[in-house]
Amino acid sequence: MTEPFLELVDISKSYPGVVALDHVGLAVSPGEVIALIGENGAGKSTLMKVLGGVVEPSGGRIRVDGVERSALTVAEAIAAGIAFVHQELNLFDNLDVAGNVFIGREPVHGGPLRLIDRKALYAKTQPLLDRLGADFAPDAPLAGLSLAQRQLVEIMKALSLDARLVIMDEPTSSLTLSETDRLMRVIAALKAHGVSIIFITHRLNEVMQCADRAVVLRDGRMVGALTRAELSPAAMIRLMIGRDLKSLYVPPAAPPGEAVLDIVEAVTDTYPERAVSLSVRRGEILGLAGLVGSGRTELARAVFGVDPLRGGAIKLNGEAIRVTTPRAAIDHGIYLIPEDRKGCGLLLDVSIAENISLPDLSSYLRFFLVNTAQETKNARAQREQLKIRAPDVSTTVGSLSGGNQQKVVLAKWLSMRPKVLIFDEPTRGVDVGAKQEIYEMLRRLTDTGVAILMISSDMEEVIGVSDRIAVMHEGAISGFLDRSQFSEHNVLQLAVGHAV
Amino acid sequence: MNKKDLSLLVLILVVGAVVALINPRFLYVGNLSNTLNQVGMFGIFSIAEAFVIIIGGIELSVGSVIALLGVLFIDLIVNHDVNWMLAFAAIIASGLVIGLVHGALVTRMHIQPFVVTLCGLLIYRGAARYYTEDATAGFGFGASFPTLEWLTAGRTDLLGFPVPHSLVALIVVAAIAWVLLHRSVFGRYLYAVGKNEEAARYSGIRSERVMISAYVICGGLTAFAAILFAMYTRSISPAVHGSFYELYAIAAAVLGGCSLRGGEGSIVGVVLGTVLLQVLQNLVNLLGIPSSLNFAVMGAVILIGVLADQYLVQRRLRVSAAKGRTQTSLAAAPLEG
Repeated sequence: MTEPFLELVDISKSYPGVVALDHVGLAVSPGEVIALIGENGAGKSTLMKVLGGVVEPSGGRIRVDGVERSALTVAEAIAAGIAFVHQELNLFDNLDVAGNVFIGREPVHGGPLRLIDRKALYAKTQPLLDRLGADFAPDAPLAGLSLAQRQLVEIMKALSLDARLVIMDEPTSSLTLSETDRLMRVIAALKAHGVSIIFITHRLNEVMQCADRAVVLRDGRMVGALTRAELSPAAMIRLMIGRDLKSLYVPPAAPPGEAVLDIVEAVTDTYPERAVSLSVRRGEILGLAGLVGSGRTELARAVFGVDPLRGGAIKLNGEAIRVTTPRAAIDHGIYLIPEDRKGCGLLLDVSIAENISLPDLSSYLRFFLVNTAQETKNARAQREQLKIRAPDVSTTVGSLSGGNQQKVVLAKWLSMRPKVLIFDEPTRGVDVGAKQEIYEMLRRLTDTGVAILMISSDMEEVIGVSDRIAVMHEGAISGFLDRSQFSEHNVLQLAVGHAV
Repeated sequence: MNKKDLSLLVLILVVGAVVALINPRFLYVGNLSNTLNQVGMFGIFSIAEAFVIIIGGIELSVGSVIALLGVLFIDLIVNHDVNWMLAFAAIIASGLVIGLVHGALVTRMHIQPFVVTLCGLLIYRGAARYYTEDATAGFGFGASFPTLEWLTAGRTDLLGFPVPHSLVALIVVAAIAWVLLHRSVFGRYLYAVGKNEEAARYSGIRSERVMISAYVICGGLTAFAAILFAMYTRSISPAVHGSFYELYAIAAAVLGGCSLRGGEGSIVGVVLGTVLLQVLQNLVNLLGIPSSLNFAVMGAVILIGVLADQYLVQRRLRVSAAKGRTQTSLAAAPLEG
C-alpha cells in the first residue's frame, strides 16, 4: 500500500449538547477500499461531511497531499479529488446520461449563444461508461434508468471530475442482488485505477466482499479498524454494538396453526401472465425473498387493495374476501407496512400521536369529535411498548431516526389487533439496535396468533427471522424453504429461478 | 389560535389603528358595519376556498359561480315566482353539484384542479352572460321579499351597533368549519390527504372521497355566498359581478396560513385574512388613494406580509434548530443521526 494522500487527524465535531465526532483519525491511501460501519448516529455521515467540506470540524487537522488545514471548503474538497455519491441521488430526471454527468460543465460550440456541443458531450461520456462497464448509452434518458444505473451515472460524474476518492453513502441499500454484485465489480475497477473508495454500509457481507479495511465508529468515536485478514461479521458486529449479537432467530412459542391468509392464483398488473399462491399460517413469520422487481411489493400492494388484483382470490381464515381499497383490507384486519416509509407510511410533519391514530380515528370518537386525550394516551402506551425514542408523542415524526419512524408505522397497526401483517422491508435504513427490537416485536406478535408476511431483500434478515421462506422470481413463487433448508445459497438459487 | 394567526391579528390592528388615526371615519359605526358586511360575504367563500386548498387543490371558478348562481337565484324568485326558500335550496344544491363535478374531474379523470376550475371559471361566466343576454339581472320595481332581504342583507341592532346578518352567517359557518376541520375525523382526513395523499390512502383513508367532499363543501358555501351577494347588490351585471373573487379567496387563505401545497391552514387564519383584505379595501377608500390602485395596494401588502412571515419562520427555525439539537440529543442520544 502506498502513502496516504489524505489524512484526518484528531477530528472532532460537537454540536450544542452532543459530541458527533470525538478525536477520529482516518488515512486514505490511493486505491484503498474502506468500509465505514457503525449504528445510525455513530457519526459516519458527519465524518464524511467533514471530508466533503460540508461540515466544519470543531477540532483536528485535515492533511491533503501533505498540506495541512483545519477544515476543507466544498471547493477545496472537489479540487482535492473528493467526490460524493449520495444516498438520495442528485440527478436530473429530464436530462440524458451525458447531460447529467457534465451538468454545468457542458462542452459548448463557440459563439454568443453557447449552444451545447452534443457530439463532444457524448464523446466525452462514452469512455466513462466503458470504464464502468455500464450497459446504457450516453444519450439514454435518465428517467428510463434503474436506481442502480443512476448510481453508475453519479459515479461517472465523480470520475469526470478526476475524483481520487469516491465516498458512497449506503450505495446498495436499494439495489438488487445482481446490481449489488455489479457495483462490487465497479468498485474493484475503480480500485484498479487507483481510485480510493469509502463506503458507508449496514450490510456486512458487502464489507467482507470488497473492503480492504473496515473502520468502525460508535458514538462518535473510532472503536476499531479491522484489516482484510481480521474481517468477519462477528468481529464487526462486536465492535459496532460493543456486545456479541446472538443469533437473530427466536423460535415461536407454539407451532404455527392453520392458514390465516391464503393468496390463491393472484395476478398483478406487473406480471399479467403469472399467478402467485401462498398461505401464511397463524403464528408464523413467512419470509418472502426474491430479487427487487420480482413482484413481491406488487403482490403486497394488491393484497392490501392499493393496486387492483387482476385475477385469483384472497382468503382470510378460509373465506374469500374482496379487497378493492386499503380501507377494505384494514377492515378485515390485514395491514401493510410499506417499503416507502416516508412516501406511503407516514405524514412526516405530523405528530407521532396523530400518525398512530390515523387509520383508526373512528375508535377515538367522542360526540363525533376526535378525543385527543385518548389519542395521546394510546400513543404514549405504544411509545412505551415499542420503545420509540422521542421526547413526547407530540414530536413530529420527520425529526425521528429511521428506526423510530418505522416503529411509529408499526404502532399504527398494533393497537388495531392485526390478523395479518404484511411487512415490506421492515428494517431498511434502520440501525442495528432498532432492528433487533423490531424483530422481537414481530415474534411477540406471532406468539399472539398474528400471521406475518415479511418481504425482505436483506439475506441476513430473511434467514435469521423467518419461520419459513417463500421465494419469488419474475412474478411467481419459485419455491418454499423450511428452516432446515435455509441457506443463502438456496434462497439465491430460487431467486434467480433455479430449483434447489 | 396559533402564532401565525396572532401575528395576522396584530397586523390587522396596526393597519386599522393607522387608518383610524389618519381618518377617524374608519371607526364610524356606519363604516365599520359596512366593512363587516363585506367581511361576512367574502369570508364565507374564502372558507370555501380554504377547504379545497387544504387538500392540495385550488378552486378558480368561485367568482364565476357567484355570478351564475346569483343570476339564477334572482331569475327564479323574480321572473319565475319560485318560492324563495325553494329557490334558496335549489341554488345551494346547484353549488354542491358544481363542486361534485369539479371533484370528480380532479379525482376520477385525474385532471389538474387548476385546469378543471379554470375551465369552470370561463364556462360559468359565459353561461351567466348568455343566460341574461348580458343584461343586468335585478329586482324590478315593487318586487319585495322582506323576510329574505332581512335574513340575508339585514342588520340587527346589538347595543347600538347594527350587526350585518352576513357577518352572523360567517360566524356560524366559521364555527362549524372550525369544528369540522380542527376537531373532527373528517378534518383530520382533509389535512392528511393534503399533506400526503399516498400515506393517507395506505392508512385506509378513502382519499378520493375526501377530496371530492372538499370540492362539494366549497361549491355549497360558494352558492350560499352567491345568494348573499345577489341580495346585497340587488342587481347583477353578469360580465363583472364577482370577478376576481377567487383571487380574494386565495389571498385570504394564503394570508391565513394555507399552503398551496396543501395540508396547512386554519379557519381563524382565513377569517382574519378576509378581515385584513377588507380593511385594506376600506383604507384605499378612506385615505383618498385612487381606487384604481386598489389591487396594487392589496398585492403589495400581501407580498410584504408573506415576506415578513417567511423571515420570521426562518429565524424561528434557526433558533429552534439550535435548541432542538440539544433536546433531541438528550432524549434520543443513542440513536439520533
